[in-house]
Amino acid sequence: MDADLIVQILFAAIKTGTPLLFIALGEVICEKSGVLNLGQEGMMLMGAVVGFLAAYGSGNMGFGIIAAMVMGSIMSLIFAVLVLHIGANQVATGLALTIFGTGLSAFIGADFVGQTIQGFQPIAIPLLSDIPYVGQILFSHDILVYFSFFMTALLVYVVNKTRIGLTLKAVGENPHAANAIGIKVLRVRYLAVMFGGAMAGTAGAYMSLVYTPMWVEGMTAGRGWIALALVVFASWRVGRIMLGAYLFGLASIMHLVLQGLGWSISPNLLAMLPYVATVVVMVIIGADHFKEKLLAPRSLGKPFDPRNMA
Amino acid sequence: MIRIQARTEPSSLMKVASPLLAIVLTLIFGAILFSAIGKSPVQALHVLLIAPLADSYNIGEMFVKMGPLLLCAVGLSLCYRANMWNIGAEGQLLAGALGGSAMALYFIDSESVFALPITLLAGIISGMAWAAVPTFLKLRYNSNLILTTIMFNYIALYLLIWSVHGPLRDPDGYGFPESALFSDITLLPTLFEGSRIHLGILFAIISGIIGWFILSKTHLGFQIRVFGADEPAARYAGFSSKKLSWFVMLFAGALAGLAGVSETTGPIGQLTPNISPGYGYSAIIVAYLGRLHPIGAIIAAMFMAVLYMGGDLAQIEMGIPVAVISMFQGVLLFFLLACDFFINNRLTFTNQATN
Amino acid sequence: MKTHNLVSRLELANITKQYPGCLANDRISITLMPGEIHALLGENGAGKSTLVKTIYGVVSPDKGDIIWNGREVNIKSPSIARDLGIGMVFQHFSLFETLTVSQNIELCLSKSQLNNIGDLAQRIIQLSEEYGLNVDPSRYVHSLSIGERQRVEIMRCLVQSVKLLILDEPTSVLTPQEVAGLFNVLRTLSKEGCSILFISHKLHEVTEVCHKATILRGGKVVDTCVPSEETPATIAKMMVGDLADQDAGYSKKEGTVEVFNVSDLSLPSKQPFGTALKNINFDLKAGEILGIAGVAGNGQDELMAIISGEDERNVKNALTLGKLKIGHLHAGERRQLGMAYVPEERLGRGAVPDMSLTENTLLTHSTGFVKNGLVQWQSIKEYTTELIGKYKVKCHGEFSEAQSLSGGNLQKFIMGREIGQHPKVLICAHPTWGVDVGAALAIHQALLELRDEGAAILLISEDIDELFLLADRMAAVCDGYLSPLVKTEETNIDQIGQWMAGTFINTAVQEAQA
Repeated sequence: MDADLIVQILFAAIKTGTPLLFIALGEVICEKSGVLNLGQEGMMLMGAVVGFLAAYGSGNMGFGIIAAMVMGSIMSLIFAVLVLHIGANQVATGLALTIFGTGLSAFIGADFVGQTIQGFQPIAIPLLSDIPYVGQILFSHDILVYFSFFMTALLVYVVNKTRIGLTLKAVGENPHAANAIGIKVLRVRYLAVMFGGAMAGTAGAYMSLVYTPMWVEGMTAGRGWIALALVVFASWRVGRIMLGAYLFGLASIMHLVLQGLGWSISPNLLAMLPYVATVVVMVIIGADHFKEKLLAPRSLGKPFDPRNMA
Repeated sequence: MIRIQARTEPSSLMKVASPLLAIVLTLIFGAILFSAIGKSPVQALHVLLIAPLADSYNIGEMFVKMGPLLLCAVGLSLCYRANMWNIGAEGQLLAGALGGSAMALYFIDSESVFALPITLLAGIISGMAWAAVPTFLKLRYNSNLILTTIMFNYIALYLLIWSVHGPLRDPDGYGFPESALFSDITLLPTLFEGSRIHLGILFAIISGIIGWFILSKTHLGFQIRVFGADEPAARYAGFSSKKLSWFVMLFAGALAGLAGVSETTGPIGQLTPNISPGYGYSAIIVAYLGRLHPIGAIIAAMFMAVLYMGGDLAQIEMGIPVAVISMFQGVLLFFLLACDFFINNRLTFTNQATN
Repeated sequence: MKTHNLVSRLELANITKQYPGCLANDRISITLMPGEIHALLGENGAGKSTLVKTIYGVVSPDKGDIIWNGREVNIKSPSIARDLGIGMVFQHFSLFETLTVSQNIELCLSKSQLNNIGDLAQRIIQLSEEYGLNVDPSRYVHSLSIGERQRVEIMRCLVQSVKLLILDEPTSVLTPQEVAGLFNVLRTLSKEGCSILFISHKLHEVTEVCHKATILRGGKVVDTCVPSEETPATIAKMMVGDLADQDAGYSKKEGTVEVFNVSDLSLPSKQPFGTALKNINFDLKAGEILGIAGVAGNGQDELMAIISGEDERNVKNALTLGKLKIGHLHAGERRQLGMAYVPEERLGRGAVPDMSLTENTLLTHSTGFVKNGLVQWQSIKEYTTELIGKYKVKCHGEFSEAQSLSGGNLQKFIMGREIGQHPKVLICAHPTWGVDVGAALAIHQALLELRDEGAAILLISEDIDELFLLADRMAAVCDGYLSPLVKTEETNIDQIGQWMAGTFINTAVQEAQA
């Protein structure tokens, strides 16, 4: 393999990992507050279709992204009301959100399947993109990839260095104690869930506006689920999510690598790789049960009803 | 002023009424949606719910769709009763179809009366195997069952696609990604002359009855229920969580595998990449709608099959995208979860505002 | 203690709080002066926790007034309480383990408080030295011992210049040395004029450190006293009520053959707040009740879990039933061999809340009711109806859900179910906790009958009087150690009380070393 191919592969790994990065960033914030939202796939598909339609209709890509974010938040709000206020089971509600989003996105997008759109064009960052190799891998992307860099950095800062981050962790670890010291647990959780929705929407818009760029039913192909595994893989640490997303991105473009090595394997078998990799990762993390228990937000998936504080 | 008040005892009326209420609310939602997109809500609901039952051909097709839904839902009901979050019925169904088809193709020139039973058995075993791996990984390595079963759905799908492009492709099929047509000896017999209703629906109904029998008549089923309802009580009573986990997962895998092989040896007659329109996922909704009760699942599966048929008809007759069905399924589950709130809570009306 | 200050720090007037089915606080009035250390005493369920949560703004009272420094206040939330100068050290769930000490403290402070303090870490170090708390602001809470965590909680209050400090059973998780340290801190605070409300049920501590005490029972104030003028025994009497109204005395029996034996059982705790079991030895004879006394959280739960097999760790030869080693068997197998249990937690462990009584009978009693894997529902129904009648369980019928029964009736049912299996060994924890007098009497009778039929019964209870009433032999646990066993006739409340406080431990440790 020559250097150019390696650069190409790493560039593609970042591009492929970006939607995973967006969803996982949203989900990790949501999970840190103690809420497990399995509806990522549904929110992402809705973001993809609404983002595509908005951009297609208005001709404005930025509008498409914002529409996708808003749509993702609205979807997550349905989930939040059911889970936080009505006390519905988080797993079942998340599944419902995925099924609903899959259907609704296909429904609204039915007439637009196959339409293409002029996607975001890459912007080479002056000076930085001239650095040999690194510039081509990191600084010759489209604006959403840079946005994902920015969001990662922002979240690393917010989670680790600010009072907002402290409050979030406190609520996720022990909502009863947080309530006892006067933190508004449900409000924090609503905001976290809706942030997750906005990020999943962005991930969807990335798929339909940049990655493909077009709308196809079910185009997210399980990325929402892989991102859930990614959060566990990263031990709920924001910085590691970025690394994990690119590793999964790499697994998804293995065919490029293998072509480079001159191997030929059926593309249908290679398509399994990200899913097999996810299973392997789940086994590795799960095997160290104690560590997982230690790192996971303690109240993850458990309902909290402030009315029951006695 | 309306206030929400916790009930002192859960309402047994709401337990039964909640799915019905959820269905009604979903239909109202559907009517509003159809009006919004400029279709007549009356006509749309008629096509969705009444037309599928209007003639004998449609009723037959409805039973064809009900079979796999019910088989998967019965297994899932038992899993969810035991708090095992198996989302993998789709993958187990595909694995069953794949394993069964490989066997059917092996028997393509056979005249043996055992060919069909062995083919079905191969499907069942493939489904069980596909359920066994995530179960093992959960019990041994404590990996998340939801995520592993979903990943196994995708893996099964690509394995299936690979097979029909490769080893199982019909050599005389002009390169289409499909297997050869199975020999009659490995096809499930139809139940009525001129209809596509086949033995699969009988398997499904029998599985529902077996599921009900296990849950309500056997000690094993009782242990499953206790385990799901109250894990500390199950441990106090000394029930083995491993044994129960294995049982429900293998049972669900076997039924989903049977559903898969029944589809390929039944209405389809060969292995194709599109053998399931998401039956394994819809079965989750069916299981919930049936209150995780195998007999409830029979009724819920019939409703879901009507909806599937109605979706096909609505696309043909009114140009409504078929995806409306999966959207309705999601909405239905939302409403069901919301209505269940009123099993343990009720609204009270008071005249004055409270502080 | 300053007595010249006439304005009370806190005055509670007729505080009343009703929960569904339970009057937690019934017209409670208490006055605290500045610098006063005031003990709030009572058994579990007496209403202590509800009362202090009311003061801290976690629970809002239905009726009654709170007067703070002479002014009536409405404490709607913990942050209002903190702004007034009320701090609380909770018994459980109040620290975030994944955060550092200073982050934990920061979360409790408002922006303006933080600005006033400036460098929080510096302030923590300074206060730490002032009060001898020894708290390092940069450490993560999960790396701290339980005693250190409690000091963090106290620090959290000190940083806010607290005027009233509420401590909910602060010593129940501390070693004796840590308790001594805590008391020094409390005395210093008291001298500076900070009032302290101290919840406990360890009587000798109350007499040691508190100026005044209020005793609660059934949500009401039943008595007040000056602890230094009382003895633990007289205070105990105020807490549990007059012993004379209870049935005095059943005949004592001597056990015959040894049926169950625990030898050299030592086991580290599985839970972060649990107690390790230390070299436990005892035997249980057919036809006797062995009572184990002790303050909650001294190893009773751990002992019960390892004996029943719910704690799945293999303890090999430590447990013997008859002549059989059972330490490696799982819970179901031990039941098959003739062991039965009445757990402390009735609903959610002893019975499945949303299952019928018939189903709850089958929960542990399957022998004779399952043929070829099939449940004989008809015969279980009949048997359950019989149980309901025999133990006078008040319910609509065998179809009633367990959660619809009152605590006492459910306990009679569970007791009947376990006894009905004619166990060789019955392990019974807190059988009459929160049960009315009538049900308690019925449960006592049932236990005695079972004993007289020749079963061996291990009775774990916090209720000392109940143990004296029922047990033929007694012992006490403290900090995971088991005291020597004595015949009930040959001991008295004083000795058992001292054992509960751990006076036997030094000799036990010496013997173990010898």
